[in-house]
Amino acid sequence: MTEPLKSEERAVLELRRLYRSYGYGPFKMSQFEPLSLYLHHKEFLISEGAITFPDTDGTLLALKPDVTLSIVKNYQPAQTPLRKVYYDENVYRVAGPGRGYREILQTGVECLGQVDLVQLAEVILLAARSLETISPRFVLDLSHLGFLSEILTPLALPAEQKAAVLACLRQKNRDAMAALLSDCPADLAEPLLTLTTLSGPLEEVLPVLAPLAPTEAAQAALAELKSIAALLTPFRRQIRLDFSLVNDMSYYNGLVFRGYVEGIPTGVLSGGQYDQLLVRMGKAARGVGFAVYLDQLERLDRSPAEAEADTVLLYGPGADAAALFAAADQLRAQGQRVQLRQTAPEAGSVGRIVRLTGGEVTEVG
Amino acid sequence: MVNIALPKGRLGEKVYGMFEAAGFDCPSIREPGRKLIFENPEKGIRFFWVKPSDVAIYVERGAADLGVAGKDILLEYEPEVYELLDLKTGLCRMAVAAKSSFRDDRSKTLRVATKFAHIARQYYAAQCRDIDIIHLNGSIELAPILGLSDVIVDIVETGTTLKENDLVPFETITPISARLIANQVSYKFQGDIISAIAAGLKGQVQQL
Repeated sequence: MTEPLKSEERAVLELRRLYRSYGYGPFKMSQFEPLSLYLHHKEFLISEGAITFPDTDGTLLALKPDVTLSIVKNYQPAQTPLRKVYYDENVYRVAGPGRGYREILQTGVECLGQVDLVQLAEVILLAARSLETISPRFVLDLSHLGFLSEILTPLALPAEQKAAVLACLRQKNRDAMAALLSDCPADLAEPLLTLTTLSGPLEEVLPVLAPLAPTEAAQAALAELKSIAALLTPFRRQIRLDFSLVNDMSYYNGLVFRGYVEGIPTGVLSGGQYDQLLVRMGKAARGVGFAVYLDQLERLDRSPAEAEADTVLLYGPGADAAALFAAADQLRAQGQRVQLRQTAPEAGSVGRIVRLTGGEVTEVG
Repeated sequence: MVNIALPKGRLGEKVYGMFEAAGFDCPSIREPGRKLIFENPEKGIRFFWVKPSDVAIYVERGAADLGVAGKDILLEYEPEVYELLDLKTGLCRMAVAAKSSFRDDRSKTLRVATKFAHIARQYYAAQCRDIDIIHLNGSIELAPILGLSDVIVDIVETGTTLKENDLVPFETITPISARLIANQVSYKFQGDIISAIAAGLKGQVQQL
């Protein structure tokens, strides 16, 4: 009898196989880290807050809300110029529309060290293949924070207004963006207004981006996007550019991405280039990676809850237990799930109900 | 099929009129009865009526692909949705109001009665003001009259209710109007029809 796998269990196994096939090694870590690790890099985390408790020596520990920080903390660039790891771990953080703490089964990869265009493109390809493993109906949105930064910098916005502008970008709220930029010169505001609603396959969107930012850095970002787009042809329709994707720009730089599958109302994959995190941790290296949030995958399985048993074997007081066990084992050997009980279950909750009569299994009712 | 959550009541009916005029109609919605869900299979749309404050929840969680919600609800609950269009209807403002005799004393903690605790907290935090939030679910105007609070933070449309209770709006926090919102994942997979609906409604807004 084969135990059917749940969507998230099947995904863990298939993703592990996928990451191993790309030369990624497993990374196992402790469930706890000192809280200070997360406090020093709180803007890097997807949500604030952690479940904390004191260690026996008084150190404040946290149930880990994130995996990347632990992996980067332990990375030694001098010893390993290129490190590729995958993990599947539970993390504990505030998540979902309910805004409460949740345990989230997360799997993902991190590529650290000499991250060049080839590594970058391969990680994005791996993200697309991860989504494809979950569902054929997926979309992977890409954004380039380097390009966005080149559009934002000439506007010279005060910090508060910049935060409001980024919120409008996240919400695709063009009306509010136009109001916020009403005092800015039109030639500087227009590119940002264009980005607010821009979304689509790379080959369609890239030509629109070219005239928006003439700076050298912006053109370099575009060239990077074009080179990567050329390597992502198997997923031409599924991988799109969408600038509503804005991660914290003090940690993330360059490419950021987010994956969605039809039927799950929130993103299931999130990642990007986080060279700034390595700089802040004093490591001369680059980094890119992503996480897949597997807790949401149960939403894909819409089949009704399975009955606990295929067959219920009824018995009365004083029944011959040895004979019952033998009869039940015979049925199990035929691949059936058998439950012994004295009273009949609710109608329709099991496949059939049987009784042992004179050593023979007979149907009831 | 695109699921659209509309707010029950006058605003919802007005907004449905905009959908209808933009070509996204569903004639059965005009028939009297207690039905909550109305479908137009030809146009690929399905409308349903929900409590106005619940629209954003339906959209954020993907039960509705599109919805119409007041900016007050979006500011209060900050749902992760796309805000595609200001429908420029249901116009009002979020304001601070108090008894006409009220004089602000900055040496004291300000007692604020409101349904919109998050908006009030953010507004006063930006002013570095120490406040005591009193969360009420209705009849907010009573709070300053009975001495429960110094001020209220609430939606002001015409100001008539305030005036009849000797209250005066003295600060506007933000203007409010109805917004077209979309579930982020629906936007990825049904972007063409969602964009067509948004463009159709934009045409209606420009005619207002």
